[in-house]
Amino acid sequence: MGLSSTFAIKEEVLIVRLSGELDHHEAEQLRNEWKEIMYKNDVKHVLLNLEAMTFMDSSGLGVVLGRYKEVLQLGGEMVVCSISPPVKRLFEMSGLFKIVRLEENEEFALETLGVAS
Amino acid sequence: MKNEMAVAFSSISENESFARVTVAAFVSQVDPTMDELTEIKTVVSEAVTNSIIHGYNNEPHHQVYITCTLIDGEVELTIKDEGIGINDINEARQPLYTSKPELERSGMGFTIIENFMDTVEVISNPGKGTTVHMTKQLTNTKTVCS
Ligand SMILES: Nc1ncnc2c1ncn2[C@@H]1O[C@H](COP(=O)(O)OP(=O)(O)OP(=O)(O)O)[C@@H](O)[C@H]1O
Ligand SMILES: [Mg+2]
Repeated sequence: MGLSSTFAIKEEVLIVRLSGELDHHEAEQLRNEWKEIMYKNDVKHVLLNLEAMTFMDSSGLGVVLGRYKEVLQLGGEMVVCSISPPVKRLFEMSGLFKIVRLEENEEFALETLGVAS
Repeated sequence: MKNEMAVAFSSISENESFARVTVAAFVSQVDPTMDELTEIKTVVSEAVTNSIIHGYNNEPHHQVYITCTLIDGEVELTIKDEGIGINDINEARQPLYTSKPELERSGMGFTIIENFMDTVEVISNPGKGTTVHMTKQLTNTKTVCS
């Protein structure tokens, strides 16, 4: 199954779209790619689209939390959208929604981050 | 009726998804709901990952052991390693506690396991290894029995 990730940049927002399964095995590579893109581009916010994510465990929470800290350093915000019920439960359990904003879908989330469609 | 299975595999991260899929396929025989299956997959992933990164410090040449038993709609799951063990189990089970913050761990593994299973028992001996024993009653069979 595995994980596939795509990155897109719209104005100040880095859009991260994940599909498949995010576990400890997949986390390492995702972390490296994600960090490098944030480092090399002039972005402030991160929008995480989890529409096609089929599985996630605490290793995924760790990666999200790690990038949240970097976004905070940039003075930006992290928004997650299109989240499935099981992944939502993990986020709730770990209190992630206290720091990461949840939105319905990518289009609406981008609007709230000031990106015109 | 009682139905049992056991697997052992190398302590490499590739086997985390193998372990999830294997246990899920076995449990599927008793018609769990999609949610229950996701919960069981998640706890397998948590415990196996813990054995690999904490128990065995990411050394690939060790073995992780899983046994799973289905009896009367209850799933019994045991995940075991022969790694470094846990000194303070109560501390380890605290939400957000991790001994490896430098690896970007969230410290949520045991909390997730406790949320998704009915009972969770952690048996550990420093230097000898860790066994996590869990049970979960599936809803399907509960309604049939009552
Ligand atoms: N099999 C094990 N062998 C040795 N130590 C373990 C084992 N499982 C857990 N631990 C210890 O218990 C702590 C808590 O485990 P838990 O799964 O809750 O968090 P974590 O693995 O550190 O982070 P996360 O699961 O969120 O990625 C670990 O940091 C580790 O010190
Ligand atoms: Mg863990």
